[in-house]
Amino acid sequence: MNTGDTAWVLVSAALVLLMTPGLAFFYGGMTRAKGVLNMMMMSFGALALVGVLWVLFGYSIAFGKDVAGGFFGNPLEYFGLEGLLDTGKGMPLVGTVPALAFVAFQAVFAIITVALISGSIADRAKFGAWMVFAGIWVTVVYFPVAHWVFDFNKDSNGNATGGWLGQGLGVIDFAGGTAVHINAGAAALALALVLGKRKGFGKDPSHRPHNLPLVMLGAGLLWFGWFGFNAGSALGANGAASFVWINTLAAPCAAILGWLIVEKLRDGHATSLGAASGAVAGLVAITPACSALTPVWSMVLGLLAGVVCALAVGLKYRFGFDDSLDVVGVHLVGGIFGTLFIGLAADPSAPAAGQGLFYGGGMELLGKQAIGAFAVLFYSFILAFIIGWIINKTMGFRITSEQESVGIDVSVHAESAYDFGGRVSGSFHPTSSPLPVPHRVDEVISADEKVDA
Amino acid sequence: MKIITAIIRPEQLDDVRSGLESYGVQGLTVSGAHGYGRQRGHTEIYRGAEYTVDLHPKVRIEVLASDDQAYDLVDIIVASSNTGSAGDGKVWMVEVYEAVRVRTGERGVAAI
Repeated sequence: MNTGDTAWVLVSAALVLLMTPGLAFFYGGMTRAKGVLNMMMMSFGALALVGVLWVLFGYSIAFGKDVAGGFFGNPLEYFGLEGLLDTGKGMPLVGTVPALAFVAFQAVFAIITVALISGSIADRAKFGAWMVFAGIWVTVVYFPVAHWVFDFNKDSNGNATGGWLGQGLGVIDFAGGTAVHINAGAAALALALVLGKRKGFGKDPSHRPHNLPLVMLGAGLLWFGWFGFNAGSALGANGAASFVWINTLAAPCAAILGWLIVEKLRDGHATSLGAASGAVAGLVAITPACSALTPVWSMVLGLLAGVVCALAVGLKYRFGFDDSLDVVGVHLVGGIFGTLFIGLAADPSAPAAGQGLFYGGGMELLGKQAIGAFAVLFYSFILAFIIGWIINKTMGFRITSEQESVGIDVSVHAESAYDFGGRVSGSFHPTSSPLPVPHRVDEVISADEKVDA
Repeated sequence: MKIITAIIRPEQLDDVRSGLESYGVQGLTVSGAHGYGRQRGHTEIYRGAEYTVDLHPKVRIEVLASDDQAYDLVDIIVASSNTGSAGDGKVWMVEVYEAVRVRTGERGVAAI
C-alpha cells in the first residue's frame, strides 16, 4: 500500500462527492424559482439512494467477478462490502490503495451519473417516481456499464477478466466519458421523451433560468470536484495524475472561449450561462480523453467541444423534445465528442498510450472508441426508456397539470425556496398537531387528483 | 376630494416624491407594478434561446388630494416623471367619497 496514493484517492473521492451538490446548484439555478428545490432534491435523492445501493451490492456488480458472460459482476461477491474489510490478514488492495478507497472513489461516480440525468426532467417529475427510476437504472444500467468500462481485474494468470469495453476491447475512457456522460445523457434523452414537455415549453418566458449566480457557483464547484474525478482516476499521486490535472484545466478554459465566441457571433452577447455551460462542456469532453491527449490537443478538443455543445443545445427546439437543462446537448454530445476525439488525436507518449489517427494509428482506435460510445449510448437509452415507460404506466411519472402550474416545490415537497419577507397571512401549527385539512396544499390544489409523489 | 394614481418609472420616484413634498404633500402610498404600453419589451438570451420580456417593472403611487389642490398635484407628478421617452407612464384622478384617518377618526379633507 502506498500512503501518498491512498491520501490522494480519498481526497479525490471527497472532491467528486462535492460535485453532486455542485450539480444541484448548477441545475437548480437554471429552473424557474418555483422548481429549484425539486431540482436540487433529485440530486440529493440520488446521492442518498445510490450511496446505499453501492455499499449493498453496487460495487459488487461493478467490480465483482464476471457473471453472465462478463455482462456484469457477481452481485453477491462483495455484498455489503464483505471481503474488502480488514480480516486480520491485512487490507485487500486495488493497485496501490486499499480496496475500500477504490470503493469510495467509484461510489461517488455512480452518484453523480444518476444525478446528471435529472436535468432533462425539470419541473414535472414525481419525486417518488424519480427515486424508483434512479434505483432501478443505477442497478441495471450504471453498475453493469461501470463493469464494462472501469473494471480492470485480472485473474491469477494475469489475463483480463471483466471490463470487456475497457481492458477487453481497449476503448480509452479514462474517467467516464462513456460510463458517466454518454450513459447519463442517453438516459436523460429517454426520460425527456417518456415524460413529455413541460407546460409552455418553447413558448412561456417564465421557464428562463431564475438564478444565474447559483449556476455559476455550481459550475465552479463542479470544476473543483472534477479535478478529483479526472486526476483521481489515476488512482495514484503521480505523473499521470498531474498530466490529467493540467488537461482538466486546459480543455474547459478553451471550451468557455469556444462557447462564448459562438454566442457573440450568433446572438450578439456573451452570456454568463454560456460561460458556465462552456466550462461543463469542456469538462465532459476531456473526461475520457484527459490521459490520452497532450495539453495542446486538449485545448483543441475543449474549444471544439464548446462550439459543438453551444450549437447542440438548440437541437431540442428543432426536434421538439424537452431536455430542460440540456443534459443531451452538453453531456451526451460532449461525451461522444470527447470519446471519439481520442481516436483522432491520442498521443502514444501520453499516459493512456493510445495511437490516434493523427499519430499514425489509422482508424483502429477511432473504431474502438465508436463501439464504446455507441454500445453505452444504445444500452442506456433503451433500458432507461423501458424503465421510465413502465414507471409512467404504473405509478405515473408526471405530476398533475395543476401541480405543475402551482409549482413542483410547493405541490410535491410542501416547501418554497425563497421568502423575501413579503405579505404573509395564515397560521402555523407545530409538528405535534396535524396540519388542518384546508391548508394542505394537495387538497387545495387538486382535491380530486391526489398524487403520492 | 380626489385620489390621484400614477404609474411611473421606478427611477423617477425620488423626483416625484420631492416635487410633491415641496408642494406640501405629507404622505403617499407606493407599490410595485408591472405593465406594458408603448415601451417595447427587452430580450434575454439563455443558451441561444431568446425570451422576450414584455412587462416592465413600474412604480404605482397613490395620493389623496383636496379638490382645489388636485390638479396642481397632477401637474407636479407629470412634470417630475417626464423623461420624454416611451414608458414614462400615466397619471389619472378619480373622485373620492370619503376618507378617514384611522388613528383619530378625522374625516374628509382633514384626514388627508
